[in-house]
Amino acid sequence: MSNAEHHEGTRRDFLYYATAGAGAVATGAAVWPLVNQMNPSADVLALSSIRVDVSGVAEGSQITVKWLGKPVFIRRRTPSEIEDARSVDVSDLVDQVARNANLDGSAEATDENRAMDESGEWLVQMGVCTHLGCVPLGNAGDFALDGGVGGWFCPCHGSHYDTSGRIRKGPAPENLPVPPAEFVDETTILLG
Amino acid sequence: MSGIPHDHYEPSSNGEKWLHSRLPIVGLMYDTLMIPTPKNLNWMWIWGIVLAFCLALQIITGIVLVMHYTPHVDLAFASVEHIMRNVNGGAMLRYLHMNGASLFFVAVYAHIFRGLYYGSYKAPREITWIIGMLIYLLMMGTAFMGYVLPWGQMSFWGATVITGLFGAIPFIGESIQTWLLGGPAVDNATLNRFFSLHYLLPFVIAGLVIVHIWAFHTTGNNNPTGVEVRRTSKADAEKDTLPFWPYFVIKDLFALVVILAVFFAVVGFMPNYLGHPDNYIEANPLVTPAHIVPEWYFLPFYAILRAFDGDVWVVIAANFLTGGIVDAKFFGVLAMFGAIVVMALVPWLDTSSVRSGRYRPMFKWWFWLFVVNFFVLMWVGAMPAEGIYPYIALIGSTYWFAYFLVILPLLGVLEKPLPQPDTIEDDFKAHYGKSSTKEGAPAATPAE
Repeated sequence: MSNAEHHEGTRRDFLYYATAGAGAVATGAAVWPLVNQMNPSADVLALSSIRVDVSGVAEGSQITVKWLGKPVFIRRRTPSEIEDARSVDVSDLVDQVARNANLDGSAEATDENRAMDESGEWLVQMGVCTHLGCVPLGNAGDFALDGGVGGWFCPCHGSHYDTSGRIRKGPAPENLPVPPAEFVDETTILLG
Repeated sequence: MSGIPHDHYEPSSNGEKWLHSRLPIVGLMYDTLMIPTPKNLNWMWIWGIVLAFCLALQIITGIVLVMHYTPHVDLAFASVEHIMRNVNGGAMLRYLHMNGASLFFVAVYAHIFRGLYYGSYKAPREITWIIGMLIYLLMMGTAFMGYVLPWGQMSFWGATVITGLFGAIPFIGESIQTWLLGGPAVDNATLNRFFSLHYLLPFVIAGLVIVHIWAFHTTGNNNPTGVEVRRTSKADAEKDTLPFWPYFVIKDLFALVVILAVFFAVVGFMPNYLGHPDNYIEANPLVTPAHIVPEWYFLPFYAILRAFDGDVWVVIAANFLTGGIVDAKFFGVLAMFGAIVVMALVPWLDTSSVRSGRYRPMFKWWFWLFVVNFFVLMWVGAMPAEGIYPYIALIGSTYWFAYFLVILPLLGVLEKPLPQPDTIEDDFKAHYGKSSTKEGAPAATPAE
């Protein structure tokens, strides 16, 4: 008998769809592990927090540490860098969000919202340009103070960051992100 | 296989008949090798053989290099130095593989420009063109991943910048980037998977090459006039064509020998000319080289990527219209991939019914401007993104898109083409005249 006479589903239709559905699910289940194996492995995920001793960092200098495979800049700023960073009006900024993982996602990009402590002496941020991931150079760019103090410049595609690590000029869309960081004692910073 | 009428393989001996009735492989090889080929093909029709040679060269040198290479972040750089200093003939093998990639891209760009000028992409050869574009994309992926393997500074930072392109995709970009890298940054997991894929993709390319050849053997080759081979009878077809073997094989091999003479001069005397000295410094995730430059063959697209920053009005408009989803970074990525997409779509963007640029007086100018623009973009891609260079890159990128999206569609309507020859035979006679030794000779008989 022809299927054309059965407008409602026949037993054969049911078997057809059930088989095709089971086949699709089985294929997906077989492919998923092949896709998922490319995600970060357990040992990579385990390295998610480190402690950094900053007792040796002098005023006006910066250290770079590796965290999650990426560089983190820890800078002890001079009073003139702090003053410069705090004198900028937020409305003049390209990216007006603080990008600070320790604060609410909508916090404004004032220097107070980016520096680690209230005095603004410590600035901790990812050393990864938000354009395409190069490491910006310190004490460089159009927003460094006179004598080349403070500010960052990404040599890859010419993004300029100010003394607070905020994007001011060039193709990068966002400020340098501030990672989760806190002082666990006077001279030790916990990242992550 | 071909639509052009020609003699097919006839098994003669009993052994041949036995094999042919079970597996017609000799017939397949005969039909492939004896395919009727337009007899007016010029020297721009040699790049296919050069490309086939490059693929074989890269696969063979690659397989032997893998016998000495170690894909691990602590050992990769040292193992490449081991190849260069200790392995017997290792420096030569590596230099052949390195410069082989450059020859591959010289040939593929010449091959693509040939297709663009003579309208080889037009009906009925669209599938050949699309498969060619897929091969080109895979070539770029393979070359990029291969460049990461020596684990030098350019390897590492090139990988960081290019995988960062995927991070620019809205919403899911970061997850895709982490998935591609196997971690938060380029590291051992990345090196290992790039090694695996760098070994795999050339064989995928080889498969696509077979489909590419199958497609144009079905439609027949294009030729400098763009006029089709006559298919009215075998005798007519034979007036327009010569069999691929031996005529074109010998011609192509001669061209290959000339090109290889230049290639070996480069490999022997200036093997690092096209490379970057920073790649002889081991990868360091904490220091970016002062100036990251991709390999020369990526430079035009790198220039397009960098051309669109937040100050360009189309970027501002796109950002506004999508409510901020398409920012300057994502726009640059879209432009770079879009540059290849518009090229892949050229069979449907070019509205002219005339195939060959030889009979298109206005098209010629725009085409040569396109070629010049390609080299300008290549040059500006190697320059720092400061001063005048971003503006040149922006003008060049705009012309790239205008060529495919505005000029080619309009030219088909505006241009008055020159008269085309009726047949390939007419064109051939006009070029070689009565004095030609081939005149009157039975065309389809291979020389003994």
